[in-house]
Amino acid sequence: MNISKEKCVGCANCVPVCSVGAIYIGADGLAEINRDACVECHNCHRSLSPEYLPSGITRLIRKFLTLVHLRFQPDPDVCPTDAFQPEDLEWPRIVRRAFSDPMVTHESTGVHGRGTEEVKTNDVSGRIKHGEVGVVVEFGRPGISTLFRDVEKVTTALAEHDVVFEAGNPVTQLMTDTNTGRIREDLLDERILSCIVEVTVKLDDTARTLEALKRICKNSNTVISIGVSTVCAENGSDPLQEIVRSEGFQIGWAKLNLGLGRVSNPSAIAREASS
Amino acid sequence: MTNTLHRYGTTETLRNDFIVFAMAGKGYNDEGSLDKARSFLRAAIKYQPINMGNALVNSLYRPEKDLSFIKLYFTGRKEKTTYERLIDEIPAAGSAAVVFDDPVRVRDFLRDVKALDLGLSVNVSALVDDVRDICGEVDITPHAVEYTLGFHGNTDKLPDSNTLSLSTMCGHGMVSANFAKKMLDRVKEGRLEPQDAARYMAKFCVCGVFNTSRAMRILRTVGKGESLG
Repeated sequence: MNISKEKCVGCANCVPVCSVGAIYIGADGLAEINRDACVECHNCHRSLSPEYLPSGITRLIRKFLTLVHLRFQPDPDVCPTDAFQPEDLEWPRIVRRAFSDPMVTHESTGVHGRGTEEVKTNDVSGRIKHGEVGVVVEFGRPGISTLFRDVEKVTTALAEHDVVFEAGNPVTQLMTDTNTGRIREDLLDERILSCIVEVTVKLDDTARTLEALKRICKNSNTVISIGVSTVCAENGSDPLQEIVRSEGFQIGWAKLNLGLGRVSNPSAIAREASS
Repeated sequence: MTNTLHRYGTTETLRNDFIVFAMAGKGYNDEGSLDKARSFLRAAIKYQPINMGNALVNSLYRPEKDLSFIKLYFTGRKEKTTYERLIDEIPAAGSAAVVFDDPVRVRDFLRDVKALDLGLSVNVSALVDDVRDICGEVDITPHAVEYTLGFHGNTDKLPDSNTLSLSTMCGHGMVSANFAKKMLDRVKEGRLEPQDAARYMAKFCVCGVFNTSRAMRILRTVGKGESLG
């Protein structure tokens, strides 16, 4: 992302809007982007409403108002001059956008956002089975961001605990070896807003995995959000709640898949019938 | 839609915050899923959800790309589209999401969704006990559950809890902590009404899962200098 020096009038509305705090007002009084910190989420360009004011006149008005001790203050969601200019991204920087812009669909999974379906479609995919637990480890959320290098520190440590990385996950697709958790060398210094690593473990291994995860997370440079999922019993209860509580976690907010999904693609029905 | 899993806040502030969303599994039931997603969203209109979206087009609250000086200062801004227009605009099923601030509406909506038998996967993110109660009332047995275990790692980098309660309502991080803090400060200073601040923030959440009612509750409480508990 770039900000046009010709158009920007330095109102600073975009500074707090940036998802990772990468925009600042430079020495010339105009907005600039720290390219190392920018994760190419396009939040500034997409969500600010451009007013299309002529920048020359707007700068004069700003100067005049400052002289009479008044402030030029557009609504907080407005860019007065439409100063943001998206750029054509090339590899490896383009990966930043794939993992940071929620409106971009991951080519590897066909899912937008962070590219995972996890347990949300489990009623049709059967990805997590009875007696299994899906562990969702999310790096950089909320709004902290992460380097793939920091993600790799955790994935390599997790790999030592014999976890299985979910194949249909965008981060797994970037691994050079799923047995070691190593991620492509050319991506390690790319910064992204967040990404999700998914592993599946046996229900009996949940406590051990969570304890290991807590230890691994302690040395992380970024914030890590953890989620765990499982399939409910026939009466709707689940064995995971007790395990999680006994590990010292509080139970409150959750997501429930109501089980209303049904396989309907003819090819999937045929696949099910043949198996 | 892990973006709805890690909402931060006390139990009291998280109450009456329900996100119901439908999505298709790639390769399982995605053929013809656009019409089904539209039917899901249309069924919600009767219960007046406070937000709606599917992440492939902007949500109910959206930026205006045709803003002008005249519009801004004379004819007024149009910051919220209609349910019908949004539903007509969606190009694919995505994650069709609706947000409610009332468990009774959620219950009645889920009863209708069950009767529609769309075959899409339907999920509810909220306080787990509240969802289980609703499921019991509409005779739905949940298939699976996912719990948030909170934030770990370098948590020193997190903003204060009031800001976090607002910014985590967009799990994709599009409501930045700095912007949420700016809205909180302006409400505290009396320079912005809570409903305006909530509306501004909702426009950044492209999935439409930002709960403006909860945001207004938080902004009013913090604005009065009270604790969120």
